Amino acid sequence: MPESIALTVKDLNFYYSGNIHVLKKVNLPVYKNSVTALIGPSGCGKTTLLRCFNRMHDLYPHNRYEGEILLEEKNILENPVDLINLRSRIGMVFQKPTPFPMSIFDNIAYGLKLKGIKKRTEQSGLVEKALQQAHLWAEVKDKLKASAYELSGGQQQRLVIARALAVNPEILLFDEPTSALDPLSTAKIEELVEILKKQITIIIVTHNMQQAARISDWTGFLMLGELIEFDRTDKIFTTPSQKLTEDYVTGRFG
Amino acid sequence: MEEKRHINIQYDKELREVKESLIYVGALTEKAIEQGIRALLNRDTELARQVIANDSQIDRLDAEIEEKCIRLLALRQPAARDLRFITTAIKINGHLERIGDMAANIAEKAIILNQEPLLKPYVDLPRMAEITQGMIKESLDALVNEDVALAHKVRKDDQIVDNLNEQIFRELLTFMMENTQTIHRALIISQISKLLERVSDHAEGIADMVIYMVTGQNVRHKPAPAEQG
Amino acid sequence: MTKEQRRKTEGVIALSLSTFSAILGLFWLAFILGDVLVQGMQALNLTLFINDPAPAGVEGGGLRNAFVGQLMITLCASLIGVPIGVLGGTFLAEYARGRKIARMISMLSDIVVSVPSIVIGTFVYAILVRPVGHFSGWAGAVALAIIMIPVVLRTTEDMLSLVPWELREAAFALGAPYYKVIIQVVYRGAATGILTGILLSIARVAGETAPLLFTSFNNSFFSLDMNHPLSSLTATIFQYAMGPYKSWHAQAWAAAFVITVFILFLTLLGRLIIKWRYR
Repeated sequence: MPESIALTVKDLNFYYSGNIHVLKKVNLPVYKNSVTALIGPSGCGKTTLLRCFNRMHDLYPHNRYEGEILLEEKNILENPVDLINLRSRIGMVFQKPTPFPMSIFDNIAYGLKLKGIKKRTEQSGLVEKALQQAHLWAEVKDKLKASAYELSGGQQQRLVIARALAVNPEILLFDEPTSALDPLSTAKIEELVEILKKQITIIIVTHNMQQAARISDWTGFLMLGELIEFDRTDKIFTTPSQKLTEDYVTGRFG
Repeated sequence: MEEKRHINIQYDKELREVKESLIYVGALTEKAIEQGIRALLNRDTELARQVIANDSQIDRLDAEIEEKCIRLLALRQPAARDLRFITTAIKINGHLERIGDMAANIAEKAIILNQEPLLKPYVDLPRMAEITQGMIKESLDALVNEDVALAHKVRKDDQIVDNLNEQIFRELLTFMMENTQTIHRALIISQISKLLERVSDHAEGIADMVIYMVTGQNVRHKPAPAEQG
Repeated sequence: MTKEQRRKTEGVIALSLSTFSAILGLFWLAFILGDVLVQGMQALNLTLFINDPAPAGVEGGGLRNAFVGQLMITLCASLIGVPIGVLGGTFLAEYARGRKIARMISMLSDIVVSVPSIVIGTFVYAILVRPVGHFSGWAGAVALAIIMIPVVLRTTEDMLSLVPWELREAAFALGAPYYKVIIQVVYRGAATGILTGILLSIARVAGETAPLLFTSFNNSFFSLDMNHPLSSLTATIFQYAMGPYKSWHAQAWAAAFVITVFILFLTLLGRLIIKWRYR
């Protein structure tokens, strides 16, 4: 049964500061309601690729995209583009938990405010829903007014996830979300990812191969800016078709 | 094809050790089969007893290999070819252990037969034993050299052994029908023949695992190519 | 003696020297405060704050005009200096981050900080007093503002730079435009630091005399008119201290005491805010 596609990357080339060719003719599909992992050695371009999906590179001058990323037939790389709308459909969670210097409630409500939902009464329901989705509601429901900094690292990361979920994205990008966390918090977040994928599509960059093996359905292996192989995760980790892929996943380099 | 070594040298060493242990046990089982049949041919009961005693060594080594493999699974989280190698090694190990047991069984039957007068000169049994030994050796060679073609040959050889087994049985049947005095010995000989046939099945099993390890294809329940039965 | 013993001795010497220096420093602080208090004690009463100066030689005068004038000038200086300083610091830390122009402005700002305040006073005199023809409270406010701006600007820039870049990225990833990111996220994160910087800059200019002498001059009468000379505590202290009257001297001491306490209070408040915020 063919799976439906959330995003398609077509012949994507990316250049840093004008001419440093960082992504080379990348083509891959991202399937709906699945977890797609991007793995590869340091500097292979996996984070760069991830950041193309929500155009984070636009923040810095002289970056250049070539090629297309199609979201529902529309190329999100072309201009003009409604960045606010794009980023509410494609959210991002970073490596270091980054709660804003506000209360827990205000953190989650921030995205809602940006979308124009400014009334407290309207926000409350959505904030609770987002915290429930991130499996954090039970732990914070009595201290929504407390500063976000009072939470532990793992809780802060779930807060950030809830913040991203509040605006109801279709796709969530995770950039090494657990590399700064202890094993227990990591396991909780991995469990969360497995549950979330039933509602949204997830793309995760990780340098922990075992994590990619544990939680992803599809895996893309990049090296030096090129997509070497893209396939179902179980295939990549049992019988990969490219020698480079096999050398990487078996620890012969990386 | 030159295989890159792992970044972790110790890991490389551990994998190599498993391979070498398998080859060593394989050689032991080959010898056990050879000695078991020789004990029968030469009516050498002493040799037969030795074969039975040596089986405990094979069992011990088998347990060691299995333990090494499980340890590798737990500690190294192997993937792709390493994972296939280790799971293959566990299965091959099992096959070899069974072969060792069967060699001991053959020796036991040889002791019984040696108590009685020879029924007929043994012609097909030594042939079966030789082919079977060859299959064991070749399947392990295929493992070491990752030689898929050789593994396929081993699979074909199993058919020859199956045919020999049937032939022996038909011949023994004639003996038994002609003379009820021969039934006891004939039955035991047919049991030995059956044991050899099962040994060759195990050798074929080893070859199947080698094919899986190298290509990722599972050929275990598929017939060997160009087999017409 | 053994190495062990020598190290111990060196440790003891170092400890004693530093303790002694600390005590020495604190001693002078206590001495100044104490002396000022003692000297101004007799004039430190309600009349000081309620009454305007009496004619020369007459008893019962106060410094109401000077307190009010000082407050007005400082307030106006803050209204001019703080926004410019904060916005300037924001520009340096956000929009011009890493660019050459940012480094240039930073450097210039540091230079202005080390310019003697009297030079700033004469500068403002040249541009705001001479053309106009008379001293004014506005000129005083401008002079103080010029002193304040580099302090606020540098503190703001430093505090904003301390806010991690990842925080901004997280806000961008939610779809916020840059100006909203700055106002809603970065300012909130740096608020305490910026506030402290502002308090400290006010504390800095509250005690300035020389620039005011050239700009707002002084006024013996109560006035709320910023367009004309305005009385200030510091200028008054200067004037009274040089004067012949004992009552003037006492009032000058009292005024000095009030200013010192005020600045001390602002500084402590700034530290308390930091401590409370980052507990």
